[in-house]
Amino acid sequence: MQSVEKSFENLRKDFPILQRTVRDNKRLVYLDNASTSQKPNQVIDTITDYYRNHNANIHRAVYALAEEATEMYEAARDKILNFIHVKNREEIIFVRGTTEAINLVAYAWGRSHIQKDDIIVTTEYEHHSNIVPWQLLTQEKGAKLEYIGMNDNGELNLDDLTKYLATGKVKLVAFSLVSNVLGTITDAAKIISKCKEYGVLTLIDGAQGVPHMPVNVEQLDCDFFAFSGHKMLGPTGIGVLWVRKSVLQTMSPFHGGGDMIREVHKYETTWNDLPYKFEAGTPNIADVVGLGSAIDYLTKLGMDNVREHEIELTNYAIEKLSKVNGLLIYGTKDISKRGGVISFNFADVHPHDVAQIIDEEGIAVRSGHHCAQVLMERLNVAATSRVSFYIYNTREEVDLLVNALYKVARIFKL
Amino acid sequence: MSSNADIYHEMIIDYSRNPINYGKIENPDVTFHDSNPLCGDSIDIDMKINDNKISDIKFHGKGCAICMACSSVLTEISKGKTIDEVRNITKHDVLSELGLEHLQAVRIKCALLSLKVLKSALYSYLGKNMIDSQDADKLKEEASSLY
Repeated sequence: MQSVEKSFENLRKDFPILQRTVRDNKRLVYLDNASTSQKPNQVIDTITDYYRNHNANIHRAVYALAEEATEMYEAARDKILNFIHVKNREEIIFVRGTTEAINLVAYAWGRSHIQKDDIIVTTEYEHHSNIVPWQLLTQEKGAKLEYIGMNDNGELNLDDLTKYLATGKVKLVAFSLVSNVLGTITDAAKIISKCKEYGVLTLIDGAQGVPHMPVNVEQLDCDFFAFSGHKMLGPTGIGVLWVRKSVLQTMSPFHGGGDMIREVHKYETTWNDLPYKFEAGTPNIADVVGLGSAIDYLTKLGMDNVREHEIELTNYAIEKLSKVNGLLIYGTKDISKRGGVISFNFADVHPHDVAQIIDEEGIAVRSGHHCAQVLMERLNVAATSRVSFYIYNTREEVDLLVNALYKVARIFKL
Repeated sequence: MSSNADIYHEMIIDYSRNPINYGKIENPDVTFHDSNPLCGDSIDIDMKINDNKISDIKFHGKGCAICMACSSVLTEISKGKTIDEVRNITKHDVLSELGLEHLQAVRIKCALLSLKVLKSALYSYLGKNMIDSQDADKLKEEASSLY
C-alpha cells in the first residue's frame, strides 16, 4: 500500500501543468478528472514529436513519412487491443470521443436494427451522451426508451431490467461502467448475463471506467464498448469504439468519404474492410499516437495500482468530507462499488458558489448538473459539486479541499 | 482587479439567504420561465400589470447566490415601474446595484438570468395584448442577446 502511494507521488513531476499556480499564487489542486485529465510530458512530447518528425497522411502514400505515420497510427490500435483486452484489431474504431462513439452506434447500427415499438434501455445515471442519441433514434423510429431506476444508494434496480427484458421487445441495453456523477461501478457482468438470456445486445459507456481501473472487454462480453482518450492522460478529440465483429458486419457506414471506400463509381460505392469502413476522412492521427503514449504510461503504472491509489484516496476523502458539518455526499459509501468520484452538496449553498469560492484557493472542482440532468431530477437537486481523482492527486490535496470548504462555511455563515 | 471571491459580500449573502419578492402570484397577468442550460439555474417570474405598471412581481426557482441576489434586486427595482421604465432596465443597472460590474464571463449568466426572464415575460405580455407587435419583437431580440 505504502509503496503504491510513494511511487504515485513521484509522478507529479511528469505533469507540467501541476507545477503552475493559479489565482493569487495558489498551488493548483486539480480535482476535475472526470471531466478531463491532465497530460504528462510523455504524451505531450509524443504528439510534438509526431508533428515535428513524422507528420504525413496515412494509408495511401508510399513515401517514408507516410509509412512512419501509418505505422504509428496502427501501432496505437494494437496498444488499445491489449489495454482493454480484445483480440481483433478490426473491431477497434477511432472516433472523436465517447459521444461520437455512441452516436455512431445509434446511427450506423440503430437505424437499420431498431423498428417501431422496439425498446432501448438505459439507466437513470447516464451522461447525456448515453441518453440523447437514443432519444433521437427512438423518436425517429417510433420505438421506446426506458430507464433502469436507481436506489437511494446510487445503485441500479436491476429488477427494472428484468421487467423490460420480459417484454421481448428490448433490442439494446446501454449503460455506463462507472457513473460520472456518483462514481457507482455498474454491475456490468450481471446486466450482460441477463441480456444474453434474451439475446439482447449491450453497449457500455466506459468513459469513466477505462482511465481508472483494469477493464477486460472480452471478459465483460458486451457488444459495444466506448471510451475517450482525454480522460486517461491522452489528448482531446480522440476516442475509441469497440464493436464485436459479428455485430460490426451488420452495420452500415456512419460517415461517407475518403478511406472508408473500396471502389467509388458514379452511382455506387463498395466499402473498405473493417475497421476502415467506419473511419472516413483523414483521422486524428497525432492524437491517436498521443493516446497510444497515454496507454504506455498507464500500462507502466499498472491499472491495478491506479485503482488501488484511487480507492485509498477516495476512502480518505469520504472520511474527511463526512466530518464537514452540513456536507451531504451522494451515492454508495461501499468503495468496492465506487470509483474516484464524489458528488456532494454543502448545506444550502449552491454548487456554483462553492466552486467559485474554493477556486480562489486554487482548487478546481466541477459544479453543475454534470451532463446528467435525468440523475439530478432523480436526486431532486439542481446541481452538485463534484471532486474526481486521478493518479497525481494526493491526501494533502484532499486536506486543502476540506480547508477551502471551511472558507465557504465562513462566508455563508453556516 | 479585485479577487473573484470578493463578489461574496454581505449583501449578496443576505439577499441569497433571504430573497426579496420570492414566491408566486395567484392569477398573474404574465408568467415566464427560463433556465441556464449549463448550470441548471432556473427562474420563474410572475407579474401583475395594472395601468401599464408592474403592480406586483415575484420570482421563484433554484439558483446560486448570485442568481438569487440579482433576482431580488431586479424585482425590487421593477416593482411599481411602468412597462417602458422596466424595458429600459439594463444589465448594468442590475450588476451595479450589487457591485458585480466585473463579474467574470462564466458567472454573468447567473446574474442576468432573471433579467432575461423579465424581458421575455414583458415580451410575452405585450405580444398577448397586441399593443405593438413590432415593438414586442424588439424586446424579444433584446432578451435573447443579453448574454
